[in-house]
Amino acid sequence: MITIPKETAERWGYSGFSDFFIPGKAFRAVFVVLAAAILFCYAVGLHGMASGYRNLYGVTREIPWGVLISGYVFCVVTSTGLCIVSSVGHVFGHEPFMPIAKRAVFLALIFLVGGFSILLFDLENPLHMIWFMLSPNLRSNMWWMGLLYGLYLCALSVEYLFLLAQNHRMSRLAGFMAVLCGVAAHSNLGAIFGMLSGRDYWYGPYFPIYFVFSAIMSGGGAILFFTCVASRVEPEIMNERMERAMKAVCKLTITMISVVMFFTIWETICGFVSPEKYLTLSVFLTGPYAYNYWIGEILCGLVLPLVLLVRSKGTDLRLMLIAGGMMLAGIFFMRYDFVIAGQIVPVFHSLGVEEYRSLLTYRPSFHEIAVVAGGLCLVAFLFLSGERVLGGHRLQKHEIVPPGGFICPGCGAIHYRQEGESEEQSLRRYHGFRAAAPPNAERETARR
Amino acid sequence: MNPQLDQGAGPRSDRWSEVTPLERRTFLKIGLSITGLLGGGTLLSVASIVNKAFTTPRTFTETYPYKPHYAMVIREGLCIDCELCAKACRETNHVPDYGYRTRVLTKITSDAIGRQREFIPILCNQCNDPPCCRACPVGATYKDPRDGIVRMNAEKCVGCKTCMLACPYDARYFNDQKHAVDKCNFCWDTRLSKGQKLTACAAACPTGARIFGDISDPDNVVYKMVHQIEKVVWVLRPECGTRPNVFYMKASHASPWRLQRQAEPGGGVRAAGKQ
Repeated sequence: MITIPKETAERWGYSGFSDFFIPGKAFRAVFVVLAAAILFCYAVGLHGMASGYRNLYGVTREIPWGVLISGYVFCVVTSTGLCIVSSVGHVFGHEPFMPIAKRAVFLALIFLVGGFSILLFDLENPLHMIWFMLSPNLRSNMWWMGLLYGLYLCALSVEYLFLLAQNHRMSRLAGFMAVLCGVAAHSNLGAIFGMLSGRDYWYGPYFPIYFVFSAIMSGGGAILFFTCVASRVEPEIMNERMERAMKAVCKLTITMISVVMFFTIWETICGFVSPEKYLTLSVFLTGPYAYNYWIGEILCGLVLPLVLLVRSKGTDLRLMLIAGGMMLAGIFFMRYDFVIAGQIVPVFHSLGVEEYRSLLTYRPSFHEIAVVAGGLCLVAFLFLSGERVLGGHRLQKHEIVPPGGFICPGCGAIHYRQEGESEEQSLRRYHGFRAAAPPNAERETARR
Repeated sequence: MNPQLDQGAGPRSDRWSEVTPLERRTFLKIGLSITGLLGGGTLLSVASIVNKAFTTPRTFTETYPYKPHYAMVIREGLCIDCELCAKACRETNHVPDYGYRTRVLTKITSDAIGRQREFIPILCNQCNDPPCCRACPVGATYKDPRDGIVRMNAEKCVGCKTCMLACPYDARYFNDQKHAVDKCNFCWDTRLSKGQKLTACAAACPTGARIFGDISDPDNVVYKMVHQIEKVVWVLRPECGTRPNVFYMKASHASPWRLQRQAEPGGGVRAAGKQ
């Protein structure tokens, strides 16, 4: 059993693994189901690994990347997004975002772990990863992605440990490094696709840029969703500052959905004029992926969440929960479609040969779905465990309202009183109202 | 024996293992231009490399950095889809039935007068700028600095399959037995390194649709086939900027080169060109 000094444990909000077993029956049932699902999925994954992927996975020579890569991309996009959104507050100092930092960084970590666990089952020789260090190819985007995500994982872990230890100066520094590495790693992931000159749909600078913006959207959606779920698990986590933070994240998410819509619209319009791209596009708009595209990506991922979030006004937790959940589901479709779309046009399609006249097809196999489900269940399990064992990532009183500060009833931010100042006076000072002059002075000013 | 096809053989093409002062200088030049020291930083100046990077019919025949610089010419009209090339490849290189290193594609032009069907053999293009080598994170696939063949080091292959996506010619597949990605290497390990002069597919082709040789040697038949203006020579997917070493051309009975199987130079194996 891990023993943590009492003071440290208190600071972390950790009160022993026994917290696992306190909650009600329903909660325990969820835990058991998730644990069973993880074990089952990994057993299936290991079976695939042992008996070779060729017969068990749906991927082929022409479509070598399937739903596993989609799942990996989904997880690491969300992780980077969570890191970026959390950094707005606790790294770059925009105060309303501060209360979400602890949970967001924890989520970023577990999403990254979930993503790597999926990727592990995609690599044919995971042990050969040692060559990343022994024989690096500096021209390879894949190599840079590996390095940068490694650094990102380290920085994120350090950031989280310092957040737990309430060393905000150091966590800020580590957080800054995490954002730098995260954004670099993530746009590099986009560049893996964007720099494949033989694949018309992916090729170009669009995806490395789009990935970062779409990550912020995913991060926002994930924070809204998971905070709402956490507030159902433990209603006490919501307080004035948290509500204000949710409002701020909601606004940011609305903005980012709009930005991603903008990206999507132009990508579609530009696709109409390039013959190869149009081929892929027609698969989305009217072809076999039309349901994925219109219902999954556009409706679930963008339009409905936008409407719901606007209607929630950043205060209706139920609407935000639904919107966040829809976004996560929709974003998964976006990643899936993105990965598959780049491959369904055969490389020799333009040659006009009989063999590659029609587009290729891909259907995820049971083993592939199980591995992705395993990774996502792992994320869910770790999230719920974190909520329980780490006391709902609650901030301690001095973190919510530091000594000498108070929550402004007007704007909701923390203001500090100067010496001998009343709350009202400091309020006026903060918001630039002129201090109420004494009656005599006022009269004198009027006479002049 | 066809004298034109035979000219590639000689002491000159056997000397590939020696490094001449000229090659050393060329190598140094390449190194200097890569590090950006030559010509005031070629690496930093995009404009100066545009012409080199962009493949046009003129530029893909300009320079041959390797010695020997192995290349193949595929005379499209001659292929009869007998698949002997694919069979020979399978046997020589132990290619499993779920994969292939080379295959023959069929193109039907239904509105053509007369012959409507033609066959296009495809294989790894051994590009001068191979996207697969850039994509591989661990250098498991690399361009041999001596002969320019794109080869695999199965020991290093992580199995991420990025190279399979990067290849614009679908030339790679995952080989379960080797537990690595596998591809055509112009029969380097099975034939060329053992002193033979032709790949298994070129030696097996009964019509001479596949002609293999050293394009850096002006006496070689491949050089002659590419460096002429009577017949159009092209490469597949030039827009990808890979600068392939597999060239395509049409061939008919009016072709200046004999329409028959390429003979192993030096009178060796499968001298089917004898008549």
